Amino acid sequence: MAKKEYSFYPGCSSERKASASNYMVSVDAMCEKLDIKLNEIPDWNCCGASIGYAEGGELPRHVMNARNIALSEQNNPDQDIVATCAACWLGAKETADRLDASEQLLADTKEVLKEAGLDIHLKNETPIRHMVEVLIEDIGYEGLKEPMVKSLEGIKFAGYVGCQTNRPFGIDGESFENPMYLDKMVETVGGEAITDYDKKVTCCGGALAFSEPEKSQKQIKDIIEAAYDQGADMIVTPCPVCQMNVEVYQDQINKHYGTKFHIPVTYYSQLLTVAYCGNAKEAGLDGNIIRAKQLEEIAAK
Amino acid sequence: MSDVNTAMVQKYRNDFLKEVEENVEEGHWVKMCMQCGVCSGSCPFGPDWDHPPQEIFMMIRAGKRDEVLTTESMWMCTSCYNCIVRCPRELPITHIMHGLANYAHRLGIAPKMNPTRRFAKIFWNNIAKTGRVNELALSLKLYFMDGFMSGVKNALAMASVGIGMLKTKRLNPFALISHKGVKNPKELHVLLKKAREIEDRRKGIAS
Amino acid sequence: MSENKTAVYVCKGCGIGDRLDTDQLAKVAESEGKCSHVRQHDFLCNKDGVNTIRNDIDGEGVTHVVIAACSRRAKTEAFGFDDVALGRANLREGVIWVRPDTDEARETTQEMADDYLRMACAEIQYMKQPEANQNAGTNKNILVVGGGVSGMTAATEASKAGYGVLLVEKTGQLGGWAAKLHKRVPDREPFADPHDTGVSDLMKSVELDKNITVFLNSSVTRTSGAPGQFSIDISAESGETVTDNVGSIIQASGFSNYDANQLPELGYGNSPDVVDQAELEQLAKQATDGPIKRPSDGKEIESVVFVQCAGQRSNKPGHLPYCSGHCCNTSIKQAMYFKDANPDVDTVVIFDDLRTPGNGEDFYRSAQRKGVIFTKGKNQQVSPINGQLEVKFHDMILDEEAVAKADLVVLATGQVPNSGVDIEQATTLDIEEEGGESEAPAEAATSDAQIPVDSILNLTYRQGVDLPHLRHGFSDSHFICFPYETRRSGIYACGPVRRPMDIAQTMEDATGAALKAIQAVENATLGRAAHPRSGDLSFPSFRREGCTQCKRCTVECPFGAIDEDEQRYPVFNESRCRRCGTCMGACPVRVISFENYSVDTIGQQIKNVDMPDEFDEKPRILVLACENDAYPALDMAAQQGLEYSAFVRVVPVRCLGSVNSIWVTDALNSGYDGIMLMGCKKGDDYQCHFVRGSELAHERMSKIDDTLQQLQLESERVETYEVEITDIHRVPTLINEYAAKIDEIGMNPFKGF
Ligand code: SF4
Ligand code: SF4
Ligand code: SF4
Ligand code: SF4
Ligand code: SF4
Ligand code: SF4
Repeated sequence: MAKKEYSFYPGCSSERKASASNYMVSVDAMCEKLDIKLNEIPDWNCCGASIGYAEGGELPRHVMNARNIALSEQNNPDQDIVATCAACWLGAKETADRLDASEQLLADTKEVLKEAGLDIHLKNETPIRHMVEVLIEDIGYEGLKEPMVKSLEGIKFAGYVGCQTNRPFGIDGESFENPMYLDKMVETVGGEAITDYDKKVTCCGGALAFSEPEKSQKQIKDIIEAAYDQGADMIVTPCPVCQMNVEVYQDQINKHYGTKFHIPVTYYSQLLTVAYCGNAKEAGLDGNIIRAKQLEEIAAK
Repeated sequence: MSDVNTAMVQKYRNDFLKEVEENVEEGHWVKMCMQCGVCSGSCPFGPDWDHPPQEIFMMIRAGKRDEVLTTESMWMCTSCYNCIVRCPRELPITHIMHGLANYAHRLGIAPKMNPTRRFAKIFWNNIAKTGRVNELALSLKLYFMDGFMSGVKNALAMASVGIGMLKTKRLNPFALISHKGVKNPKELHVLLKKAREIEDRRKGIAS
Repeated sequence: MSENKTAVYVCKGCGIGDRLDTDQLAKVAESEGKCSHVRQHDFLCNKDGVNTIRNDIDGEGVTHVVIAACSRRAKTEAFGFDDVALGRANLREGVIWVRPDTDEARETTQEMADDYLRMACAEIQYMKQPEANQNAGTNKNILVVGGGVSGMTAATEASKAGYGVLLVEKTGQLGGWAAKLHKRVPDREPFADPHDTGVSDLMKSVELDKNITVFLNSSVTRTSGAPGQFSIDISAESGETVTDNVGSIIQASGFSNYDANQLPELGYGNSPDVVDQAELEQLAKQATDGPIKRPSDGKEIESVVFVQCAGQRSNKPGHLPYCSGHCCNTSIKQAMYFKDANPDVDTVVIFDDLRTPGNGEDFYRSAQRKGVIFTKGKNQQVSPINGQLEVKFHDMILDEEAVAKADLVVLATGQVPNSGVDIEQATTLDIEEEGGESEAPAEAATSDAQIPVDSILNLTYRQGVDLPHLRHGFSDSHFICFPYETRRSGIYACGPVRRPMDIAQTMEDATGAALKAIQAVENATLGRAAHPRSGDLSFPSFRREGCTQCKRCTVECPFGAIDEDEQRYPVFNESRCRRCGTCMGACPVRVISFENYSVDTIGQQIKNVDMPDEFDEKPRILVLACENDAYPALDMAAQQGLEYSAFVRVVPVRCLGSVNSIWVTDALNSGYDGIMLMGCKKGDDYQCHFVRGSELAHERMSKIDDTLQQLQLESERVETYEVEITDIHRVPTLINEYAAKIDEIGMNPFKGF
């Protein structure tokens, strides 16, 4: 397999000792096995996330993202930008789309970026993609099988796709109401995907988990309950916000609703890494607050 | 701030729809809603909204300026994009909700105590400062936004979360002193200031 | 005509030979069916099989053929021998495919097949090869009544196909409503702006067309005859009358505007600034794309409110219960008149549901882009206040009372069809009482109707002067299955007289009707039936000596095909007849028959079933199944391998309306334990191919109950069902449930008598 190179936008939560640092660890390991090289955009900044709108407004938000795109164009020319975080992907892609659609906005953005000696070209020369798109479209399900050493047989996964890795852009042209790619990835590495997981694309509350905890936790409760209903051993997700929200509030939800939730929430990259014979540490399994014991066992074999 | 609001009221008289079209992100889409209600039915916190999106669009068309700009409703948008992918008229509803919230906030008439509004402000200031999120500073700021005592209470309530994150090395206890952002935060500040200026000029919001 | 020679062919293909004893079948045909010429074949529909039959016809003088093989609906091309009388015994779909292939079932399955063979042999003896109607007319001209968009379109379409057209228009000019419009709703990409109506071009092309003769200020004062030979009087206002002949007729009489004076709550009549859509078109025409002015004082209009569904889609007395379909798009168009002239004019459309058929959705969006405001509201009230109009309504999204102020209010009122006299109201026909027919002329009988209506066609038909109406006064013309078809053969309805519609739909409709009219004249010339038995050569005749002049046939014929002569005998107009057999079903003395379909062809089938005696515990159930829906449904159930009771014997009928009660009483007398009648859906949303046939059969059978009581039989012994062609799973279930019920109530006590 020829080496594939991408301009990588890791995003805040993937930084060392940040909430999705374990995601990053497993992505690194996974990419190594798949011969993918990620060239980090030097000096990238935050995407503004979906909550940035309120104070940030329109142009400042786009400028944040445009700065990243400009830096990528300058330093990693001709490489697709790849993000691992749904919000980062969405933020950057949205900005690119919007600048593409509005000459005014593009001109304003260029004017601002000039202050930092930067420029942005766009014209869709730099596609902005999510890591799972790279896996599915560039490598393909067959290709994902190749480095497999172990099978995840015997583990039942509820594939929780969530919102922003799904909407509004979608992955691989799949339906918004029932995207299948995550299930297919699970099956690719030998796991059992739950087919009628009816909270697959339900919102976990996103950033509002902080400001509206009660409402968000109600959502999260439903998401977890549906996974249990279908007999899932663990949840798998492509999004750091989803992962964090669904994992860390389980204690509080138990307290509030009298439930006994204790279900691990993993990343697809952790699954692939284990299947590719990575050890628990490489797969970032030590970063899961609720330990994914079955995965750890397979990793240890 | 409320001077800006008064100026806007005078400028647009009774034509709130026009005001929204000119000043709110993606506001020119509002007139295209056909009142099917799919968005309202798709919204995860929908039942908690005083005025779900469909209704907000109708209110804008009916000129209910104060009710729209002071409602907490659109502050409950989780950016789930459900509405966007389902709207038969392809309205960018999420962005309009964000745009309305931002506009109300800029005019100084958004609900003062709305938790999301306050969180969003803290969040933006957090990232604008260094260019990247400092999760620890963000959480602390958030817990203590209502003062020291309730902050301690909040922090205690969330302790289990925090400890789990700490243990798994997903929260940096020293981030307050050690967190680094982009190399040249000053330059970023210049960019953001300039962007804000241009936006204000375009929208006629002289702050 | 030479002597009958009947040949029977038993096919062994498609598993028939494996499942049935075909030698036994051949024996049945020979001994009981009394056919000497019986052949078996392994694969009857292949070349060799077909040739065998052909050679027998040509070489041996066979005149009557029975094919004992698959359903009469299969292999119709291979077995399309049109020079003999042809019968089919359905051994495949009717027997082996609906029975399990088990040892226990073998005996009853064979009995089924034997019976079908007996039935086919009995039927064929009473059949003749039909010959085409000799009284066929050959006029191929087409009369179009109405000079609006529908009439003009129908006329030009027929002319383009090479047919001569007489176009009769009541007023002094062509164009109808459409000519009064300022602009029309767009009919082309990007469906964004109103544009020229195109009516003047259409008028010009009609006027220049040498195939089309236009009669202005005229109406049709008499129509008699039949397809291919209609005779018509066209009378001008001046009193002059022209008599001419045509082959078929298109009624394109259009609509009238609903009278807005019935809507005082919407301010109509209280202020000149409340107008209906037609009046707004006038205002817009006067303004010629400039600012539109208020009728009361000529002030340029700055704000306008459109009230949708004014007096429509409402069950209040005097309102129209239906949706006129065009008025939402029309209001959108009219709002654009204002916006296009001056974007600052406030235009608000208050709607309950906004219905924008066709490409109206694009048009609607275009209006939104232009800034037309759409508000969902109901219970509007309009009142003049301080030189303005105030529209109060309930905002249905915000759920609150709201007020809109406007210089002008436009009411979206509806279309009322110009469908002439409602003949069912006009004549009180009573088929029960001998001679109970009302002699009163149609006009007198409508005196209790609100407005006296002029007849459109002035038919001299026994059943009335105009096309029958269905719901809400629209001409009866099946809106989905058989559009344009009416209950008067050779007369087709199109445009808003058929159902409410806009210009685009009307033009499509008129084109369809023109095609139908052309088919009608072509079929009529060849002496064949029109839809739905298109091409059928048989037609009914009656034995005058036996007729009691009871008039049942003349009253019940759904298509008004039968008139009466001076002595009150029926006069069959073969070219108007659709060959449904309803007259045959109606005749109490059974004197009406077709050459290949008669009281005997069916009656003999019923009688020739081998009737086991009471102690055999083998009941017999007769199924009379309409061949348009029920019989195909049974065939399809068989194709899907669904099973049903071996005790039924299915006889296909042309229409349930053709079922004569004698068949039912005979069947009960000869020992059948139950009778199922399966016909199409009846009522206002009928699916009966002959419109009223199924309904009439249901009525007749409800009267059979008395007979049953006299015979001291349970009423369940005769049941009537509505069956759709899609009821593939339901039909076998119905049969099996009925068989179980018969099992419960026990055998017919008349068995063996
Ligand atoms: S994006 Fe916002 S407005 Fe739209 S459905 Fe989600 S929460 Fe509701
Ligand atoms: S889904 Fe779209 S068209 Fe429907 S009410 Fe919401 S915004 Fe309007
Ligand atoms: S299709 Fe009919 S005729 Fe042909 S082999 Fe089968 S049963 Fe016989
Ligand atoms: S087309 Fe529109 S205005 Fe006309 S009746 Fe139907 S819904 Fe009402
Ligand atoms: S009832 Fe049917 S068959 Fe008889 S005359 Fe009328 S159309 Fe013809
Ligand atoms: S033909 Fe039969 S139904 Fe018709 S009038 Fe004579 S007796 Fe009556």
